[in-house]
Amino acid sequence: MLDQNTPGQTLLKVENLTTQFEIEAKSFFRKPTMLTAVNDVSFELKEGRTLGIVGESGCGKSTLGRSILQLIRAQKGRVVWQGKNLLDLTPEQIRLARRDMQIIFQDPIASLDPRMTVGDIIAEPLTVFEPKLSRAQRLERVQEIMAAVGLVPEMINRYPHEFSGGQAQRIGIARAVITRPKLIVCDEPVSALDVSIQGQVITLLRKLRKEFGLTLIFISHDLSVVRLISDDVLVLYLGRIVEAGDCATVFSAPAHPYTQALFSAAPIPDPKLARQRSRIRLQGDPPSPMNPPPGCPFQPRCWKSTDICRTQMPPTELVRQGQSAACYHMDRPPEA
Amino acid sequence: MLSYAFRRLLSTIPVLWIAVTACFFVLRLAPGGPFDGERSLPPAILQNLAAHYNLDKPLIQQYLYYVGDLLRGDLGPSFSSEDFNVAQQIMIGLPYTFTLGMTAFALAIIIGVAVGCLGALYQNKMPDYVLGAMILVGVVFPNFLIAPILQLVFGIQLAWLPVGGWGDGSLKYLVLPVVVMALPHAGRISRITRGSMIEVMNQNFIRTAKAKGIGPRLTVMRHALKPAMMPVVSYLGPAASYLLTGSLVVESIFGLPGIGRYFINAALNRDYGMVLGTVIFYMVLIVFLNLIVDIAYAWLDPKVRNR
Repeated sequence: MLDQNTPGQTLLKVENLTTQFEIEAKSFFRKPTMLTAVNDVSFELKEGRTLGIVGESGCGKSTLGRSILQLIRAQKGRVVWQGKNLLDLTPEQIRLARRDMQIIFQDPIASLDPRMTVGDIIAEPLTVFEPKLSRAQRLERVQEIMAAVGLVPEMINRYPHEFSGGQAQRIGIARAVITRPKLIVCDEPVSALDVSIQGQVITLLRKLRKEFGLTLIFISHDLSVVRLISDDVLVLYLGRIVEAGDCATVFSAPAHPYTQALFSAAPIPDPKLARQRSRIRLQGDPPSPMNPPPGCPFQPRCWKSTDICRTQMPPTELVRQGQSAACYHMDRPPEA
Repeated sequence: MLSYAFRRLLSTIPVLWIAVTACFFVLRLAPGGPFDGERSLPPAILQNLAAHYNLDKPLIQQYLYYVGDLLRGDLGPSFSSEDFNVAQQIMIGLPYTFTLGMTAFALAIIIGVAVGCLGALYQNKMPDYVLGAMILVGVVFPNFLIAPILQLVFGIQLAWLPVGGWGDGSLKYLVLPVVVMALPHAGRISRITRGSMIEVMNQNFIRTAKAKGIGPRLTVMRHALKPAMMPVVSYLGPAASYLLTGSLVVESIFGLPGIGRYFINAALNRDYGMVLGTVIFYMVLIVFLNLIVDIAYAWLDPKVRNR
């Protein structure tokens, strides 16, 4: 779905991925309902690229990231990683694969074991994946990584509660990169941080991406942050990809009405510019993923919807080179 | 860590003093005295006895005498035994009570923690239900019911184990009383472990461990067990003192020569010295066990250490 022409090898291929949760029935006599958090998602990620995933709260961004890493098992579809479908692997095979695919979580402090020192936290993946290292070698690697993420080596014996959110996130990043993974899923890594700290962490991620040759999946609801770091972008609505493409194209000329609405809701720091632009105001909330509307998922809130939108799911079509969307009434470029 | 333990130790002194004082006076409020027997003694002899043990002095003076002796480490004479004083009697019973209690304590922890962890990791699946139901039996039925049943089955029907007594103190004499004492505590420990383990396993840092690629066993051992043990540890202090003091019933069912026997006789005979001595001994034990719990807390949770 993303630009196929970008050079480079495909690192990760997701095909028709669908993740559902069983919601416990309120009464004993009722059947449990299914919540479809990720619905028929397909994309391809080239090595060295950074893919941004954006969307409102509850649209399935985090579930998608975790389903890719098999922290949540998906029901349908394929996640092709290093020639294998991760959905077919045993838990032990997946555990071994984690060496190459890591994740950074949203709540930095709660994601660290409060009873371990920072040094032990960062070193732990090494004890599992490179058990032959001596203590001294391990310490050296830990100090090296701590320096790379901007932590002072003296902090090695401190405990997580002694750190600020930004420092804790640096620890989280250090422990994710220490095994030299190929892919890191960043699951809202800066949402819990102050804006000034957000910038520092984004800069750090960009630096590490270059140093370690990382491929990133960057999940965020903050469009400006995604724009800053991503090469490609996916827009998710109710678990479905509504628009995808390379970042510059999608941000400059969004084709899907939902993408347009989402972008127009993002705050602009300049109040003069902010007053000039026209905002698209969506009515209501996203529909419940337990009971999705027929046809296009966005149709109940869409100002362009027509009869066909209410009966049929629009197919994904190429808008222009490097951009595709799923809408019957998308903004197409003028015919050349 | 050491200064933390020392500070905690100092803070127990006023607690002990208040408890000794309260005990001393409450005991004297009870009607009767140590020499009121079925056969009444001539008043002159009672007079002599009272004078010998200072019982004819004002109560406050008796109290000061007692505390004075206590500070010198003397628990005083026993009114009902000529040959042994209070400390000696306690020392005679202690090894039995201690062996029983500590073995039961260890068994309760091992069974309780293991069952609790299994229950949490197989939450709402077959092993959880089966183990949970089994352990409930131990909690629900009182030891004076379980003990005779076990005696009947393993001692008489199957004749695998002795019905009672201490014998030569070998393992086979210990099995039944220890199991009876450990069961209810194992049950409670397993419920506490299960609950806190489930809570810990839902924490974010457990998800991190999984994402790191730490296998499920290491995740439990390295990350989940310590925090899950916090509520268990706070239960262990009281549990240990119950096991050491509450072996009374079990000791008498199995005819074992522990401290419990002295205590109950002393209370019935108004043997002030013996009752006080036993109570003080238990108190010191409880305070000491709670201290160990506090230290264990500090070990389990780095945040407690700096307080």
